[in-house]
Amino acid sequence: MKRFILIIPIIVFIIIIAVLSVMTLQTKEGRNPSIVPSALLGKEAPNIELPMLARNIPGGFKGSDLVGRVNIVNVFSSWCVPCLAEHPQISWLATNGFPIYAINHRDNVSDASNWLKKHGNPYVAVGFDPEGRASLEWGVGGVPETFIINASGIITYKHIGPITKEILKEKILPKLHEAKR
Amino acid sequence: MKIIFAALIMIFLSPSFFLYGDKLVFASTSNKTSISEEIENKERQISKLLRCVVCQNQSIYESNADIAYDMRLLVRERLLAGDNKDQVINYIVARYGDYILLKPPFQANTVLLWMAPPLMVLIALMIVILLIKNYQHKNIYQKTDKLLNPEDK
Repeated sequence: MKRFILIIPIIVFIIIIAVLSVMTLQTKEGRNPSIVPSALLGKEAPNIELPMLARNIPGGFKGSDLVGRVNIVNVFSSWCVPCLAEHPQISWLATNGFPIYAINHRDNVSDASNWLKKHGNPYVAVGFDPEGRASLEWGVGGVPETFIINASGIITYKHIGPITKEILKEKILPKLHEAKR
Repeated sequence: MKIIFAALIMIFLSPSFFLYGDKLVFASTSNKTSISEEIENKERQISKLLRCVVCQNQSIYESNADIAYDMRLLVRERLLAGDNKDQVINYIVARYGDYILLKPPFQANTVLLWMAPPLMVLIALMIVILLIKNYQHKNIYQKTDKLLNPEDK
């Protein structure tokens, strides 16, 4: 019995090492521990109303507009460099039949309008959020972020950071098809 | 001359001269809307509990990041809307998850986190007690052994 109790610390130590090595292996496989899953996953898209950015840009939308089909919501800013990097992928999604709504995060009218004119506007509607208040409602931590919302208006997936070609193929497209089911 | 010099020193030493960063933001925004001291205190208190999501281990009170500023304003907005401390915190946790809390809450998935340190201490104490008992036992045994041995031989 005494012997057994003396062995406990060794057993605890081995368990700790085992748990830590499993976590390390997961990190190696691409699970980034600094990225936390959204608290909004599986919940309804926030029904906050976003105003239009400018008259010549289709826009203004609210959470309830996202019901009825699978939609994408993309948070972007003209000052955000990774947003520009993911823009070709966002545009590809738009031309391949996936409606994308935009939250224009902490931007101003002229910069955002010029950015969309220069790089193309793939969005069904752009919602203007100059103070970042609506972004808080969406649980946004930074730009870019992308949400997938299913036909019943439930958020099924959130991607933090730019959508590269690889992420588009390996994560976004499968998740979009999953949301369609 | 001495008086001017003294006055200059007073100005430089006055705390208002050193107000900068988020403290200045607090000061200036509060002047704009003239918010009661009570709300401001609550806001500060709550802000210290919430994690800035883009910073490493900083509260939104300490951080100068845009999102931290936005969140401080949200805390104020909720307080002005009549929410109490728990309601404000729940409002933000509902959107950002438990991660937003600098101090993790005690719940099913954090039991291990909270219980591990006291458990470790308990295990360590048990080991120490056992070792001491073992040592005492051996000592007695050795002493009696020495006493008995010559007679046996």
